[in-house]
Amino acid sequence: MSQNFRLEKGGLINRNKKISFKFNGKKYFGFEGDTIASALIANGVHLVGRSFKYHRPRGFFGAGVDEPYAILQMNRNNEVDPNVRATEQELFEGLEAKSVNCWPNVDFDIGAINNFLNKFFPAGFYYKTFMWPKSFWYKIYEPIIRKAAGFGAASINHDKERYEHKYEYCDLLITGSGPSGLASAYAAAQNGAKVILAEDKPRFGGSLLTSEATIGNQSGKEWVDTIISKLKSMKNVIVKNRSQVFGYYDHNMLVMSERVSDHLPETEKYTPKQRLWYIRAKEVVISSGSIERPLVFGNNDAPGVMLSSAAKEYLKVYGVLVGKKPIIFTNNDSGYETAIEFKKNGIDPVVLDTRISPDSEIINEAKNLNITIKNSYVVVAAKGYKKVKSADIAKISDDKKKLSRIENIECDCICVSGFWTPSIHLASQSGNKTKFNEQIDSFIPNKSKQKETTLGSANGIFTLGETLKTSFEKGNELSKQLTNNDNKISIPAVVEKKSSEHDKFWCVPLPKGKNYKRFLDFQNDVAVSDIELALREGYRSIEHVKRYTTLGMATDQGKTSNLNGLQLVSELENKVVPQVGHTTFRPPYTPVSIGAIVGREVGKHSKPTRKSPMHYWHEKNNAVFVDAGVWLRPRYYKQGSENLFEASKREAKNVRQNVGICDVTTLGKIDIKGPDSAEFLNRVYTNAWLKLPIGKARYGVMLREDGIVMDDGTTTRISENHYHMTTTTAQAANVLSHLEYYLQLVWPELNVNVVSSTEQWAGAAIAGPKSRSVMQKLFPSLDVSNDGLPFMGYIEGNLFGIKARIYRISFSGELAYEVNVESDNGNFMWEKIMEVGKEFNIQPYGTEALSTLRIEMGHVAGSELDGRTIPYDNSLEGLISKKKDFIGKRSLSKKAYVAEDRQKIVGVVPLDKKTSIPEGSYIVKDAKAKLPNPKLGHVSASCWSVEHDNPFSLAIIKDGKNMIGQKLFALSPLKNKSIPVEIVSSHYVDPKGERVRS
Amino acid sequence: MLHIKCPHCGLRSQNEFSYGGDATVKRPELNKEISDQDWDNYVYLRKSPRGKHLELWQHISGCRQWIKVERDTLTHEISKTLKANEEL
Ligand SMILES: [Zn+2]
Repeated sequence: MSQNFRLEKGGLINRNKKISFKFNGKKYFGFEGDTIASALIANGVHLVGRSFKYHRPRGFFGAGVDEPYAILQMNRNNEVDPNVRATEQELFEGLEAKSVNCWPNVDFDIGAINNFLNKFFPAGFYYKTFMWPKSFWYKIYEPIIRKAAGFGAASINHDKERYEHKYEYCDLLITGSGPSGLASAYAAAQNGAKVILAEDKPRFGGSLLTSEATIGNQSGKEWVDTIISKLKSMKNVIVKNRSQVFGYYDHNMLVMSERVSDHLPETEKYTPKQRLWYIRAKEVVISSGSIERPLVFGNNDAPGVMLSSAAKEYLKVYGVLVGKKPIIFTNNDSGYETAIEFKKNGIDPVVLDTRISPDSEIINEAKNLNITIKNSYVVVAAKGYKKVKSADIAKISDDKKKLSRIENIECDCICVSGFWTPSIHLASQSGNKTKFNEQIDSFIPNKSKQKETTLGSANGIFTLGETLKTSFEKGNELSKQLTNNDNKISIPAVVEKKSSEHDKFWCVPLPKGKNYKRFLDFQNDVAVSDIELALREGYRSIEHVKRYTTLGMATDQGKTSNLNGLQLVSELENKVVPQVGHTTFRPPYTPVSIGAIVGREVGKHSKPTRKSPMHYWHEKNNAVFVDAGVWLRPRYYKQGSENLFEASKREAKNVRQNVGICDVTTLGKIDIKGPDSAEFLNRVYTNAWLKLPIGKARYGVMLREDGIVMDDGTTTRISENHYHMTTTTAQAANVLSHLEYYLQLVWPELNVNVVSSTEQWAGAAIAGPKSRSVMQKLFPSLDVSNDGLPFMGYIEGNLFGIKARIYRISFSGELAYEVNVESDNGNFMWEKIMEVGKEFNIQPYGTEALSTLRIEMGHVAGSELDGRTIPYDNSLEGLISKKKDFIGKRSLSKKAYVAEDRQKIVGVVPLDKKTSIPEGSYIVKDAKAKLPNPKLGHVSASCWSVEHDNPFSLAIIKDGKNMIGQKLFALSPLKNKSIPVEIVSSHYVDPKGERVRS
Repeated sequence: MLHIKCPHCGLRSQNEFSYGGDATVKRPELNKEISDQDWDNYVYLRKSPRGKHLELWQHISGCRQWIKVERDTLTHEISKTLKANEEL
């Protein structure tokens, strides 16, 4: 196919480089510098999709970020890119794209039947219809809607591309490289300010690329090139194209998405596909320009109806004609610029101007070029289904209410201009209280909340001379405050044609007897009639109308529809627009890919993985690992074809019978030093700490101020003013913050320092009746007997030349020791223990066996200390000192906490001694009681007791202390289980605690 | 994202800090008689002012110091930051 709509010359494309691409399976050619949109239009292709709700044919409406229609599915380097805007995606060799939202294809689309059924698709359709009957939703409505609706399809494959994040700081961030952006950037850069200039498009210059005005003695484009090359040569300036600043957050933090490689056939090595910039700017200049507003008339969504400024851009930037028989339908002078451009390229446009007798330099130029101009004329309706073929046009009365002389004229495109809407999105996101400007019937920024200044047409200034002057001045002024430099600015002379005032007319009335759809929101298919219906049904607030009709809620965020929607609501409500107010603009200004947001935090990079120094030993010895917070811990060590249950039973049994070794490096450790350490511990823990001797450890429980148990662990007095605290793995960070809070804010008079030492120590627990024999071999010169190192004792030793800390503490309930060495020596220690322990049948055990051992002993852990229990609930009331005050003590006298039937921990054994009780089961009196069955409590942890060889669980239940011996039921609705159980003591093994002291 | 000036380290992004609530709340002294009502007020009741709020933040990924921050809850403007032992 040849490019029939490409001009012989002109445009900013590179005609020397032809590019082939495929659209809906068909091969086409374009040039380097084209977008998919410009290349397709050059080939005469206008039908690119189907609309969201009615599946009406859709073409191109704009030439940039405002595009509501041309959203395609793209294939790039064997990866799928859904929701690519054809007006922004640059062409590359081999690009493949296809239409979305149509099935089976864009020419014949089943969903288009919605168009003929549109009476049944009014505003709020989804709310009204699919609510009933409920059963229809899953079987009938949803599958059909899924198949026939929606935009692009995301790939289910892992995205191989790399996305990066970058943090940057600057004096001025300038969002847009049109005249206001360039002028302010240049002035600020000359004052030495650190400037970032961001441009969404590949080409810098914004409106200057299509403007006929001259600056100095240069064309707009030449001036742009000059300024950009100057800026690029300055060290204090970062100039970025293909970069959209899409979000304005607190404290002048803005986020920009840079499409680094999307314009290339594949991403080059060592570069990301996209890069997300977090930019903290001292000042922000919003130079995002303005977007042309559509005029609303019958079938104004037909392919071939598009913005007049887009038609001009296709002509001037891409050398492409959007049609050869254009109608320009305008209420202001901008339409004439497009008409003149057509005429210069040998095309005869017809201009329909809604104004009665407009007069200006531009209009005169059009007249001199013999362009046909019809004043007080409107397009009533576009005709043609898949492409505009003709238009019904009419004379409109001076009061804009009556149509007359309706006639049909041939055309192949209708270029509309309803004046300009400043892009105030970023200013609004920053918290700017915008105001309505009557003169341009648009909102413009008003009072800044943050350090933000809006310039140029984004601020409602539509003349180039004024824009350049104010922007040079503002760039100088803002940078001067920051750098104290004040370079003289010279504002170049501008030659531009003067415009006349625009007409506030925007919506063509329906002729008698006609019921054309007149669209406001082109992406979400919201028509004038939908808004009228919403108001008739009683919706008043613009925020409600928006949600009910989905006006402006599509991925284009209503860039072309919001203002017309507001005008309609205010007309129907007899209010003025500022009373109706606009809806809130929220980031992102344009869609951002999930990949860019996630950045490098994927897979193993999404969170750190912490491994103990013995990790590789575990790996070599068939450990199966489990995530414990950020740590990886051995869950069990697999032997032969063992499963988890078999292995953990073997390991736990070996601890009870012989001796086991467990990696306890992950325990939180806090080093505490200072003369007031004992006093501090005494306030933090519930039990007494003032008299703990040097060389002794003590178990402690700490509470939050509300009386809930925060954490438990042992703390050891290493020397006079030096303590070593351990916390649970999960609470390590919280406990440190908690201690720092009290030391820094509540009791700053205490002379104590705390620091995390978790990573400094590798730890091994050696547990079981034969652990003492292992210790004797490990430390032959030490007395590790019950007298030499009694329960809760502490000594330092020499482990084959390495300094070791030895604690006689136990989590398993067996005679046990914990040996700590400096992390680097962890593996050495572990291997030595295994070596000397061999003759005693030492075996490593993982977290599963560890749990079994502590559960059957009735030792509480995270599943009982779950942020909902007080010491009593865990049978820890014996640790509460009556003599002293401590954190949270006052709360323990709360009525609910001292209730007679307060919940308490108990043991639970199934009557059949066979059925394991799922964790989380409810304990109830009567398994068959009516729902909701009154719940006594819940099962917090379950294991297979290796001591008794039957299942055993811990539960926290109401009036637990009086429930021992009761026959109750454990219900697990999730697993559909009802298990008869007996309540027993939580200390199922060695209730007197003789083993640990043996 | 807020930009918070740690009095010890300088201007840092919010993600280095963790929030710690109202800085004007004083913990009742240890071993002192206190009514149920007063204790509940201390543990649970916090004001939710619209406007200036003196609050605690900990520079958790920095110097680990608890600091006081005067922040406008409406605009997020931070008017002052103080060390733990400083008063407004
Ligand atoms: Zn700090």
